[in-house]
Amino acid sequence: MIETKSTPIIQLQKVDKFFGEFQALKNVNLEVHKGQKVVVCGPSGSGKSTMIHCINRLEKHDNGRIVVAGIELNDSLKNIDAVRSEIGMVFQQFNLFPHLKVIDNLMLAPRLVRKVKKAEARKIAMTYLERVHIPEQAEKYPIQLSGGQQQRVAIARALCMNPEIMLFDEPTSALDPEMISEVLDVMVELAKEGMTMICVTHEMGFARSVADLMVFMDEGEIVESAVPDDFFANPKSERTKLFLSQILSH
Amino acid sequence: MEFDFALIVESVPKMATGIGITLQLLVLATIIGTALAVCTVLMRISKIPLLSWPAMVYIYIFRGTPMLVQIFLIYYGLSQFQAVRDSFFWIALRDPFWCAIIAFSVNVGAYTAEILRGGIQGVDEGQLRAATALGLSKSQRFIHITTPIAIRLALPAFGNETVSLLKSTALASTITMFDITGVARTIMAQTFAPYEIFISAAIVYLFIAWFIQIGVALAERRFSRHMQR
Repeated sequence: MIETKSTPIIQLQKVDKFFGEFQALKNVNLEVHKGQKVVVCGPSGSGKSTMIHCINRLEKHDNGRIVVAGIELNDSLKNIDAVRSEIGMVFQQFNLFPHLKVIDNLMLAPRLVRKVKKAEARKIAMTYLERVHIPEQAEKYPIQLSGGQQQRVAIARALCMNPEIMLFDEPTSALDPEMISEVLDVMVELAKEGMTMICVTHEMGFARSVADLMVFMDEGEIVESAVPDDFFANPKSERTKLFLSQILSH
Repeated sequence: MEFDFALIVESVPKMATGIGITLQLLVLATIIGTALAVCTVLMRISKIPLLSWPAMVYIYIFRGTPMLVQIFLIYYGLSQFQAVRDSFFWIALRDPFWCAIIAFSVNVGAYTAEILRGGIQGVDEGQLRAATALGLSKSQRFIHITTPIAIRLALPAFGNETVSLLKSTALASTITMFDITGVARTIMAQTFAPYEIFISAAIVYLFIAWFIQIGVALAERRFSRHMQR
């Protein structure tokens, strides 16, 4: 696969998604280049999560094209697997496997999907646990950790598959306030290392410091996308202005 | 009426001669029935109607009819047909032991299938999505995520089902089996002391039930290490 600077690593073209009668995504167009950090915000139910779920096929889009790392997402299972292997995902509810120790949560996918040997998988897992600053929790079960620690384990678990792209679906929304920064710190470190990231989040401080592109969604549409300086200083659409005034007012 | 305590003490060891049959019925039916339940639940949760429908009908029939009726149908009913008596299956169907095993197993299969289905449905959708996002295939998700979590969720109900089966094995005495209840009935016919004899039988059942409960408790502890903070 030939990659030039001009080819986006993620491409969404005229993507529609329906849940029954309800249209969750309307004509969504988005291009993300390698190394870019995109922050997606918008009111709840605006289609942010649906959009990033479509990017690794946790949801199937109905119309339009989604191309990730040159691979088109269609019904081909081979393509879907190939796209998923490029993408790591972090969820609002952490979604750690409750019956497995932290270390086994991290080793499961490398062993099953990549067929990595046990000792090697353990080494990879410990490397990433150190990256998220909790190697000492390796032998614990998820329930024994705080929310912030669980989310960092979830980030490490995704990183163990060595993805090109990381998708974050409201990673701090389920956390107690005092635990948000420990997760954001890890995400900022990841951003600095050049990871391609799409983050659905309302943490505007994080957005200002790492985002290359801000995307505002409402009612299934991308209403506005701009670099952070313009986005925060001169939002063009009334809906964006209203939304920003609501979340920045306190 | 006089209460003969000595007769109870005397009878318990005699009941013990029935323990072998009761345990054989219990263990064999649990093993065969659980295997049947696994197949049934896999069919039951399938999206293919040709698989899910037969499973639903099977579950409906065996949960909806008394086990005693099923035992009579299998032991007395089937033997009326010459074709059955001429068939290969007659080796098992003429034997009350195997008729009881068949009846108990299909019941365990039907009930346990529903217990397992509850467990499978109780697995958190988000954890399965996370596994999908990590690239695990459908079968890998089922084996490594759904199954261990579902087993933990289903264990208490499964323990109940096993104790319930222990008590149901007493029905085998109605088709000439000398299980604990069968032995008790024989002794009662000799001594005409139903009170003492059946108390002895009850004691033996309680003893076995106690072991089952310990076993289930150990299994629960084994499968729920991850739930202890």
